[in-house]
This record gives sequence, structure tokens and C-alpha cells, in this order.
Amino acid sequence: MKSANQADSGEDAIKTSGLTKRFNSTVTAVDSLNLEIKKGEVFGLLGPNGAGKTTLISMLCTLLHPTSGTATVAGLDIRSEPSKVRKEIGIVFQEPSVDDLLTGRENLDLHGMLYKMKPEDRKKRIAEMLALVELTDRADDLVRTYSGGMRRRLEIARGLMHRPKILFLDEPTLGLDPASREHIWAHIKRLSEEYGTTMVLTTHYMEEADRLCSRIGIIDKGKLVVIGTAGELKEKVGQDIVRLRGEVDLGKLRKLKFVKKAKMDKEGMVDVTMTNAAKNLQTLLDACGKLTSVQVREVTLNDVFLHYTGRDIHREEEEEGEGSWADRVMQWSGQRG
Amino acid sequence: MVEFDAIYAIWLREAKVYIREKERVIASIVSPLLWLFVFSAGVGGTVTVGETGYQAFVFPGILAMSILFVSFFYGLYIIWDRKLDFLKEVLVAPASRSSIFLGKAFGGMTDAMVQALVLLAVGAVFIMPLGPLQVIYLIPVLLLTSFSTASMGLFMGAKMRSQEGFALVSNLVMWPMFFFSGALFPLENLPGYLKDISLIDPITYAVDAIRVVLLGSGAFPLYYDVGVLCVFAAITGGMGLLAFGDLQQAK
Ligand SMILES: Nc1ncnc2c1ncn2[C@@H]1O[C@H](COP(=O)(O)OP(=O)(O)OP(=O)(O)O)[C@@H](O)[C@H]1O
Ligand SMILES: [Mg+2]
Repeated sequence: MKSANQADSGEDAIKTSGLTKRFNSTVTAVDSLNLEIKKGEVFGLLGPNGAGKTTLISMLCTLLHPTSGTATVAGLDIRSEPSKVRKEIGIVFQEPSVDDLLTGRENLDLHGMLYKMKPEDRKKRIAEMLALVELTDRADDLVRTYSGGMRRRLEIARGLMHRPKILFLDEPTLGLDPASREHIWAHIKRLSEEYGTTMVLTTHYMEEADRLCSRIGIIDKGKLVVIGTAGELKEKVGQDIVRLRGEVDLGKLRKLKFVKKAKMDKEGMVDVTMTNAAKNLQTLLDACGKLTSVQVREVTLNDVFLHYTGRDIHREEEEEGEGSWADRVMQWSGQRG
Repeated sequence: MVEFDAIYAIWLREAKVYIREKERVIASIVSPLLWLFVFSAGVGGTVTVGETGYQAFVFPGILAMSILFVSFFYGLYIIWDRKLDFLKEVLVAPASRSSIFLGKAFGGMTDAMVQALVLLAVGAVFIMPLGPLQVIYLIPVLLLTSFSTASMGLFMGAKMRSQEGFALVSNLVMWPMFFFSGALFPLENLPGYLKDISLIDPITYAVDAIRVVLLGSGAFPLYYDVGVLCVFAAITGGMGLLAFGDLQQAK
């Protein structure tokens, strides 16, 4: 399998074609995925648990063989040239992979040696990275004695240390306190702006994706559901959400052409997703009966995410659907409390 | 494709981890001493072998055994690394897989050699005199043996997912290799078919080589033993390299 597109992928840092990973013939974690990520982009990969984000990243990092299809990373084919791919990339794993029995500094030093950094570079960069993740004073303690968040920070320091061209960040800020998270965000921004590092970032924090990513792709069950800038995605779903309580006829609202979606939740509140509330709100209100409460807010990335991955899409047909597991937990705890 | 920095980096990590896990160091030294003083002294009281006495006869066997067990079991740490997720950090690095394999193998050899040197020192004091020339001959033989068996262990560790499975299979492999090697009794006393099995057991040649160096006589000439060990090392090393080339992250 030769990488035929080495020449014409000049603008793409990553390009997958029909990339598929099947585990034991029943689970298709990544399903014929076609995705192009441009050089210098910070690409957000969103999707519910088990969507296939980590599996996709593992394949791109040459840690898992694809079942079929292939991809190029920095113009190099992951199947035929895995060792060249490894020279171009860095990764912050979802599950911490630092060595417990080494100190923080030793972990970083080992990393530097494996990436062929010169001793003086190594020393300098280690000090820099330790300062970034605020572990300087714990650097010479065994990682075994670190807290969960400290391990996470060391993991991040290690992934960033050798300044790869393409960086994979699999839920990098999971479990970090707000201050550390701000630090990491600022650094990611700087890497992108100063060094033009291409980044693929998965996260469950919508705020993180909104703030950092130039483009976002949502995947569900191994397939790309939608892709675009945060603004574009929000626009696709509708610009504003109006929350109503009172006498509302859903059927009537849905006939209005600026209404994209209208549904009633368990407490009897109606959520109307619509375009341009500033202009159309009056028309909407006129279509309702007596109302006791009206709230207007802009669509967030959270709404986009739920729209494309939640059960929400189906709920219009099956009004009394099961809801997501999170809904059920909430309901259940509501009944108890 | 062999990179010395990467080999050194991996080896250094293994050595540090080894020193920090005190239980590992203690266990690996205590068990051969038990064999040496309890088993060989006990059996030696009832059996006589050749003119050297049983304790001197069995000393090379116990040396080979401890190398075999320590190096082979070292493969278990691959499974451990995988569990801890540390393995993928190494696998995703640009260092070639052969360098990673060699670094690991050298790590296993280091553990085995520490133990072997302790045994040799104890043996020199209590069991038989040991000249510097003998030590110089012995070290390459011991290194060759531990490289081969560490490669076997690493091969298995790379192929297997569970520690229990590894322990089970390695017991199935190691004990026969040990028993048929003539470590505990001279090969001449064995009935024909058992002797045939001994002849295809590579550890036989490790034990014999050590015996030639330490006791001055063995079943085969030294060059023959070393030749067989080299072939054994080449085969197991090749298997280990292939298994590492194909290593994936999946737990
Ligand atoms: N080694 C494996 N063996 C079998 N199935 C696996 C394996 N790794 C992942 N899977 C399955 O593949 C699917 C995708 O998993 P993956 O870890 O890629 O999800 P994810 O999008 O990263 O989820 P999360 O947000 O929880 O991290 C899941 O259904 C998972 O059960
Ligand atoms: Mg994941």
C-alpha cells in the first residue's frame, strides 16, 4: 500500500479515507471515516462515550492497525510508514501513561531521550514544561505520590515537550482544576499561533471546544455526523432557544417557518429552537396562548452536541421515548429525592 | 535500525524500576540461595556425583536456573507496562521497535546478572574456588543465556494479555527446560528417551558450558555449547524482534 497522495495532500495534516476499525466483528468503533484536517488547524473531535474518538486517534498514531481503509498523517501513510509517522506526532493520552516508579522529571527525561532530544534541549524544555504545569516543586518525587490531576498535568507536559508538528490531545484537561485548565488552554493557543502546530483535540467540555477549536467534527457510533466551525454548527441547529411555560400548542408552533424544533420536557416546559429570535419572537408568542414564563438564550455548542448525538432528534416522533441514560439517572434520583 | 540513546533510555528506566522495587531484588536473590543451601546441601548428603561432590556439581545448574527464571519472568513486565498504559508511551515514540526490544532485553539481562553475580560470590566463598579467568569465560556464557531466555519471555509478554496466562504458560515452558537440562543430575544417568529430550533443550548447553568453565569438564566441548547457545539466542532474539515490531496498544 503506497501513499499515493503524498504529493497532493500539501494542505492536509491528516486525511483519512474509509478508515474503519472493528473489534471482534460486532463492535465497529470507527466506521468508514473520511476526514480532512488542514495544517495548522486546531480540530475538535466531539462525540458521546464510545463514539470512537480514542480509537480513531490510536489508529492515526499507529498504535492500532485499521481493519480497512487508511489515513495519511503529515503526508505519510499510517499503514505503510508507521515509523515515519511517529516522528511527526505527539500525543496526550486519555488514560495517564506516565510511569509510577519514576519521578516526574525522570518521566520527561525518558521521553526526551526516546524522541532524540539533545541533553541541553532536554534540560531546558523539561524546566519549561514543569513550570507550565506547575510541577516544578514536585518534579523529583515519584509519580506514585502524585494526585490524579498532577499525573494528568505531567502527561500533558510530556506530550507537548518535544514540540511535534501534529499533536493529539485526548481529553487533555479531564479532571483538572479551573486554574490549570486555563493554563493549558493558553498554552494550546500559543502553540497554535506561534508554532502553527496542528492539533486534534477530543473533549467533553463544550466550552473548551468552543474556545480553542477552529473547526469541530462530531462523531457518533464511528461515523462523522457533522463538521464545521462552532458558528456554522450553531447556525445549523438554529440560532436561539426560547423556553416557554403555559398554554402552548406544539403542532401550531412547528408550522411556523422560523421554528426548527419544538418539544416539551418532563416538567411541561417547551423548548423552541428557532432562527433570529430578535425578529421573530413576537410572532412566536402570538402563536401561543397564555404564558407564565418566557426565557430566550442563544444556542450553545452543548445544544449542537445534544441535537446531533442525543436522543433528542428522535423524540419528536416518539414523544415518550426512553431518553438518554443521563435523563434516566436524573429521573430516578428525582423520584428518590 | 538500532539507536543507542533509545536502548539506553529504556534500559535506564528498567534498571531504576528494578532498584526501586526492593521486593524484586530480595526475592530474586533469596530463592537461588535457598536452592543452593537447602536443596543442594540436603540432597548432597545422600547422593554422590563424580569426584567434586553434589554441591559443586549442582552449583552451575542453579546458576543457570536463576538466569532462566529471572530473565524469562522479566517478560511479565511487558504485560504490566501494558496494564499501566506506560507501554503505549514507548510504542508511539519514534524509537525503532528493535531498539525498544533490545533496551528491554538488556533490562532483563541486568536483573539476571545481578543475581548471577551474587550467586557467584556466595559460591566462591562457600562452595568452590573461583579464578578471574573463570569469571571472564563465564560472563559471556551467562549473558548469552540470559539474552535468549529474556527474549523468550519478552516474546511471550508481547503476545499475551493476562499475567495469569503468562505465569501459567511460563511454568509450562520453564520447568521442563530446567528439569531436562541436567541441572540437577548428570545426563549420563538418564534413560535414552529422556536423554534425547535433554539434547534438544537449549538450557542443557548453558548448564554444560557453565560446568565446563567452573568444574573443568562437561558433556560437550565449550565451543559446542556456546555454538548452540548462539543459535538459540539468534532464534529467540528474532522471535522477540518480530513480536515487538507488531506490538499494538490494545489491552
Ligand atoms: N480494545 C478494545 N476491544 C474491544 N472493543 C473496544 C476496544 N477499544 C475500544 N472498544 C470499543 O470501541 C468503541 C469506541 O471506543 P473509544 O474508546 O474509541 O470511544 P471514545 O469515543 O474515545 O469514548 P470516550 O468518550 O468514553 O473516551 C466502544 O464501543 C468501545 O467499547
Ligand atoms: Mg476516548
